[in-house]
Amino acid sequence: MKAVLALEDGTIFPCKSFTGSGESGGELVFNTSMTGYQEVLTDPSYNGQMVVMTYPLIGNYGVNEEDVESDKIQVSSFIVREYQDYPSNYRSKKSLADYLQSQNIMGIHDLDTRGLTLHLRENGSMRAFISTSEIESPEKAVEKAKNLPSMAGSDLVKNVTTKKPYFWENNKKKFIDSLDEGEKLWKSKDKYRICAFDFGVKFNILRLLEAQGFEVLAVPAFTGFDEIKKLNPDGIFLSNGPGDPEPVTYAVETIKNLIGFKPIFGICLGNQLLGLAMGGKTYKLKFGHRGANQAVKREDGRVEVTSQNHGFAVDLESLDKDKLEITHINVNDNTLEGFRHKEIPLFCVQHHPEASPGPHDASGLFSDFKKMIDDFKKKEQ
Amino acid sequence: MPKRTDIKKILIIGAGPIVIGQACEFDYSGTQACKALREEGYEVILVNSNPATIMTDPEMADKTYIEPVNADILEKIIAKERPDAVLPTIGGQTGLNTAIEAAKKGVFEKYNVELIGASVEAIEKAEDRENFREAMNKIGLRVPESGFAHSMEEARQIAQKIGFPVIIRPSYTLGGTGGGVAYNPEELEVVAKSGLDASMIRQIMIEESVLGWKEYELEVVRDKNDNVVIICSIENIDPMGVHTGDSITVAPAQTLSDKEYQILRDAAIAIIREIGVDTGGSNVQFAINPLNGDMIVVEMNPRVSRSSALASKATGYPIAKIAAKLAVGYTMDELKNDITGETMAAFEPSIDYVVLKIPRWTFEKFPETKDVLTTTMKSVGETMAIGRTFKESFQKALRSLETGRAGLGSDGKDIEIPETEELMAKLVTPNSQRLFYIRYAFKKGMTIDEIYKATSIDPWFLNQIKQIVDFEEILQKAGSDFDKDLVYEAKKMGFSDIQLSNLLGKKLEEIENFRKTHNIFPVYKLVDTCAGEFRASTPYFYSTYEQIDESRINNCKKVMILGGGPNRIGQGIEFDYCCVHASFALKEEGVESIMVNSNPETVSTDYDTSDKLYFEPLTKEDVLHIVNTEKPDGVIVQFGGQTPLNLALALEKAGVKIIGTSPSSINKAEDREEFQAMLNKLSLRQPESGIAFSEIEAIKVAEELGYPVLVRPSYVLGGRAMRIVYDREELKEFSKYGFAVSEGHPVLIDKFLQGAVEIDVDALSDGNKTIIAGIMQHIEEAGVHSGDSACVLPPYSLSDKIIEEIKVATRAMAKELDVIGLMNVQYAVKNNELYVIEVNPRASRTVPFVSKATGVPLAKMATKIMLGKTIDGLCLEDCHELSHFAVKEVVLPFNKFPEVDLILGPEMKSTGEVMGIDKDLGNAMAKSIYAAGQKLPESGTVFISVRDEDKDKAAVIAKDFIELGFEIIATRGTSAFFEEQGIKNKMVRKVSVGRPHVIDEIKNNSISLIFNTPSGNSRTEKDGYLIRRAALGFGIPYTTTIEGAAAYCLAVKALKKSEIKVKPLQEYY
Ligand SMILES: Nc1ncnc2c1ncn2[C@@H]1O[C@H](COP(=O)(O)OP(=O)(O)O)[C@@H](O)[C@H]1O
Ligand SMILES: Nc1ncnc2c1ncn2[C@@H]1O[C@H](COP(=O)(O)OP(=O)(O)O)[C@@H](O)[C@H]1O
Ligand SMILES: [Mg+2]
Ligand SMILES: [Mg+2]
Repeated sequence: MKAVLALEDGTIFPCKSFTGSGESGGELVFNTSMTGYQEVLTDPSYNGQMVVMTYPLIGNYGVNEEDVESDKIQVSSFIVREYQDYPSNYRSKKSLADYLQSQNIMGIHDLDTRGLTLHLRENGSMRAFISTSEIESPEKAVEKAKNLPSMAGSDLVKNVTTKKPYFWENNKKKFIDSLDEGEKLWKSKDKYRICAFDFGVKFNILRLLEAQGFEVLAVPAFTGFDEIKKLNPDGIFLSNGPGDPEPVTYAVETIKNLIGFKPIFGICLGNQLLGLAMGGKTYKLKFGHRGANQAVKREDGRVEVTSQNHGFAVDLESLDKDKLEITHINVNDNTLEGFRHKEIPLFCVQHHPEASPGPHDASGLFSDFKKMIDDFKKKEQ
Repeated sequence: MPKRTDIKKILIIGAGPIVIGQACEFDYSGTQACKALREEGYEVILVNSNPATIMTDPEMADKTYIEPVNADILEKIIAKERPDAVLPTIGGQTGLNTAIEAAKKGVFEKYNVELIGASVEAIEKAEDRENFREAMNKIGLRVPESGFAHSMEEARQIAQKIGFPVIIRPSYTLGGTGGGVAYNPEELEVVAKSGLDASMIRQIMIEESVLGWKEYELEVVRDKNDNVVIICSIENIDPMGVHTGDSITVAPAQTLSDKEYQILRDAAIAIIREIGVDTGGSNVQFAINPLNGDMIVVEMNPRVSRSSALASKATGYPIAKIAAKLAVGYTMDELKNDITGETMAAFEPSIDYVVLKIPRWTFEKFPETKDVLTTTMKSVGETMAIGRTFKESFQKALRSLETGRAGLGSDGKDIEIPETEELMAKLVTPNSQRLFYIRYAFKKGMTIDEIYKATSIDPWFLNQIKQIVDFEEILQKAGSDFDKDLVYEAKKMGFSDIQLSNLLGKKLEEIENFRKTHNIFPVYKLVDTCAGEFRASTPYFYSTYEQIDESRINNCKKVMILGGGPNRIGQGIEFDYCCVHASFALKEEGVESIMVNSNPETVSTDYDTSDKLYFEPLTKEDVLHIVNTEKPDGVIVQFGGQTPLNLALALEKAGVKIIGTSPSSINKAEDREEFQAMLNKLSLRQPESGIAFSEIEAIKVAEELGYPVLVRPSYVLGGRAMRIVYDREELKEFSKYGFAVSEGHPVLIDKFLQGAVEIDVDALSDGNKTIIAGIMQHIEEAGVHSGDSACVLPPYSLSDKIIEEIKVATRAMAKELDVIGLMNVQYAVKNNELYVIEVNPRASRTVPFVSKATGVPLAKMATKIMLGKTIDGLCLEDCHELSHFAVKEVVLPFNKFPEVDLILGPEMKSTGEVMGIDKDLGNAMAKSIYAAGQKLPESGTVFISVRDEDKDKAAVIAKDFIELGFEIIATRGTSAFFEEQGIKNKMVRKVSVGRPHVIDEIKNNSISLIFNTPSGNSRTEKDGYLIRRAALGFGIPYTTTIEGAAAYCLAVKALKKSEIKVKPLQEYY
């Protein structure tokens, strides 16, 4: 079915919908991972965004039950060069089109996605609108794109954070009604207890935390310091999440209190919120880092290929170098990829050590987290 | 950390001659390595026996040894040069093997040389099966179960333990003779027995079969800080059982989810670490069970490879260059990604297109061999295509293959859809034409599932093919009712104009005009390593049908070079060499160079060889699109072999300016009648000839000329099918198929000049003045294709008078043909008379050899002449007196084709060449023979068995060998003849006579040199055939011509007088 993709700057791409008729809008970003579309679709950090995959053939291996990063598709629409309607893979359960349609998400294809990507690279991420009805009058679609709310300055975390706390157990969520019972909520004796702030956490982070032998309790983004204090966890995890960190002031406030209370590990948005809490500044990147091939240099000189998905970053210059140590740097553009406090037990990274999709090079950070807790415990004793 | 300063001088081992499985991709990697190391200020010493390579150009290294590549010679070079380090991972398997052998001999220790890139331990861990298995088990990975058997009893036990089916590979046989698959105990009895019999040491390996599993390759790069990245994943469309070199492959992998891909990635990284390749690239092959994802490691190559060349071209990431820099101590984060110019080499390329590779086979050259693909590689070249969809790339790749197909089908070349039985056979047993049979299967109504069951080709790929076939039908239905959208849609699926004209029932021009009217043209996109994330600085393009064009048109003087496409027998690296030189010359002259080629193995398709690179099929349509986009001031067609020549007239007709010799002159030399007229005018002689349209006519012509005659169909696809015919019987035999394949074209009949000396001449002309760049005297007589015979520069036994005649004739023809650029002539001399056999007004196969032998870069000079310079202006003159001899020897692929006889004839069969250079002719010959892989003995027994015509000459040779201290054994006729001549010898039985026979002697290791010439009669003489195959199979030096034997004799003499001395090319001129 014919469709049109209209960008807020007036650029038009005629295309086709492979999920039937509809309209959809959002901020348009591109992702350069060649595999892992199902993980991308369900990553809460993409909430509300329209994602263009630069790899042209998408849908090849279908959709399965395991490769999800949240309970639902998060992107507002999905843009590919050529949708593949004949998946082939022993794990495939259904086609990508069926999957998108079942959740009312639009998928379009048959457009020059490379041209589109270069446009975004040169002009920055922007809002866009897809429509199957405005094909004759694309200027209307452009208007609709312009009327969408802009990403910078809006708090998208509130859309994706969990409403209720839950334990992550056996790779599943087990919801609880409230945190009122405090420390009594924990079930295990010998496991480290981790409070994971869910700003839109990816399942694979929870899976890897559990795999470290942690008891994992995911809490809503709004959870305050007092509640955490009552829980008395062994470690705090700050998750990834969508959008601009600046408006998520409530979390920044909580984190300020948490610093020094217990060891903290942050990923992606978690890294940015920690940066803000440490007095740093964040800014919007022109078109962000989204893919599975970015090299990050560690302080020991080793390079890791990482999975990335962020449109905002912590300004390296803004960090207080007396207190903080830069641990990770992006090899290509020298942006901040991670830092650590010199005295207080906390570290964080901008990239995604949980991969999914992407390489596992940085997965050691999860055991580093465990080690940090070990050390903290020893000191406490 | 920056580069190492404790090493200054590095020796690079090249890959030697082009053979099946090791082709010009190693010139590409070697050239990159040389450039990369010199750029860093290291002194580079190179050894490579292959003169047709860019890497052996004297400017590429500080010292270039065109010497045999083996441990002996390596030691001599090391002793002389005393390098600090040796880089063994750039020259293919030859590089590794040579390094390992030298290490075992203690060479590196003795001279205190460090192996960089990969250590001996790492190489052995990867190469030795048991070591490899252990290493894999240690990191929790699995390799196929296997065991060695020396008897049927052992074979049964091992097979029982592994479980059926099993793969049986005899140890120490060439070309997979005697191996096979056994699906059950009964078959094991047969296959294991034939395997044991075929093996020289009666040993077979029995291996768990994973036939039909999916095959993947990952290209891995590691630096000294243990940083590891994956450059590219490649999925084989043909599943396990077809060698990756013979598989149609696609990059990146198409049917793996991220979870599955990451498992492979983790495994590949674990493997390179466990094997311990310190720095550089490796290739890891995996098999995956499509039903449950089980994984097996097939093998790992701890070096750059054919696949790494493909991966480099597919992604833009120069693996060999980076590997060379990592070997001297850089880490990836310190090296720039040339393509973007702003990012670093530490990353994993992301691509936003689909790359297809299709191998090119030459079964038509070896009619005794079945067109069947197995675990042994048989292809001689490959082509790569880039498109934005699989379908587009696939059809582009099919036309890039230059086998006459314009796409998957509907190009006027389809055969009638075969009967189900034949169709199934072609689907089940992999073969070079299987893709087309898949199309026929869909046409016949077979389903994806049915075809999957027959082929084990992943349904995803089958569906892609089906979509193309379905669209053919849509086009056909539309008929003349087609519109712009439909044509555009077809273009996006890679359909060529030729296919469209067939499907829509329009003339080709009508389709072309329709496209013009509706503005349907491709756009060009960049290969940028990063899927558009960063701006690319290198202009490396491919075409596609989309919205946005990225071509970068400069308004300067520019010239386009058309390359040679995929390698094939007769058109290989030599032509790429010329194209690359054209590009260098353009750079020197300040003219923008635009390269068009479709061969991923070459230096010409390296992104920094030319100012611009278009990776595109070399068809009229695809080339015209580029011409229309770039509007070059001229196009060079005389360097890429037959490929661009075939386009020359059509391009000229379309208004393209061809620079250099005009297409009509080229045509004049190819057109029989025009050519004859020209020779008459110049009073030059040609072997008498005639043409025939029927057997009766053929007999009449042949008998007027007198036997023997040389016959050839004037039009045959993919092979010349030339034959020497000695009598009427043979002529009749030839006529049976000769007229059939000629398809209405006449058969050409030439008087065969028996016992004539053949001469190759390369000349250079500016239209006024012609210089003779090199005269090469063939060692074998006329009748052995010039591409298959050894030759010597300068001539070693031609009279001054003949040489003068050759020069005069060459100049006269160059003038008459208005040659601007290169020209090659083949002459024959018989009874002191000069005959012209053939003139090619273009670069020839011998251009790089002549350039290396004389020090004059011919192709570069030719390019400058095409740009308007003159012979005088460039200070060029006839090849001067040389104080050395250069001998070219060829390398033949018989080891890969077990059924084929080893004899040479007028049809070219060789895949590669080597050069031996020395001030002494005998030593130069010895070097060339050694470089081609035969180590001449200095004592022992010579076996001689020759046809009657050769007996006199054989006697002289036998006497010489006796004088040199050898013993002679001979078969009955030869023995008796020697006896008469008083030459002491022992008689040995032919196989047909009874045991013990000559092959028993060969097996007993009691023969050290074999001279066997086939009886002139081409009816198979079984005995000779068996002897020749045995010589090859057991690695005993042999030759099949009497002139070859004489050369061997000269070489052995020289060797006995003085051992081989090495000397760099730079010191010869
Ligand atoms: N156990 C096996 N079962 C089925 N096919 C195999 C097996 N091992 C190898 N092959 C096939 O044979 C080919 C060549 O084997 P490989 O070990 O890679 O040798 P080479 O060194 O010649 O590349 C592979 O590409 C694969 O297709
Ligand atoms: N009349 C002839 N007498 C003897 N040998 C010939 C004759 N014509 C051709 N040949 C042999 O056949 C080979 C191939 O013939 P040629 O015409 O050069 O074909 P190609 O175009 O394949 O090079 C020559 O190199 C030469 O050895
Ligand atoms: Mg292999
Ligand atoms: Mg010839």
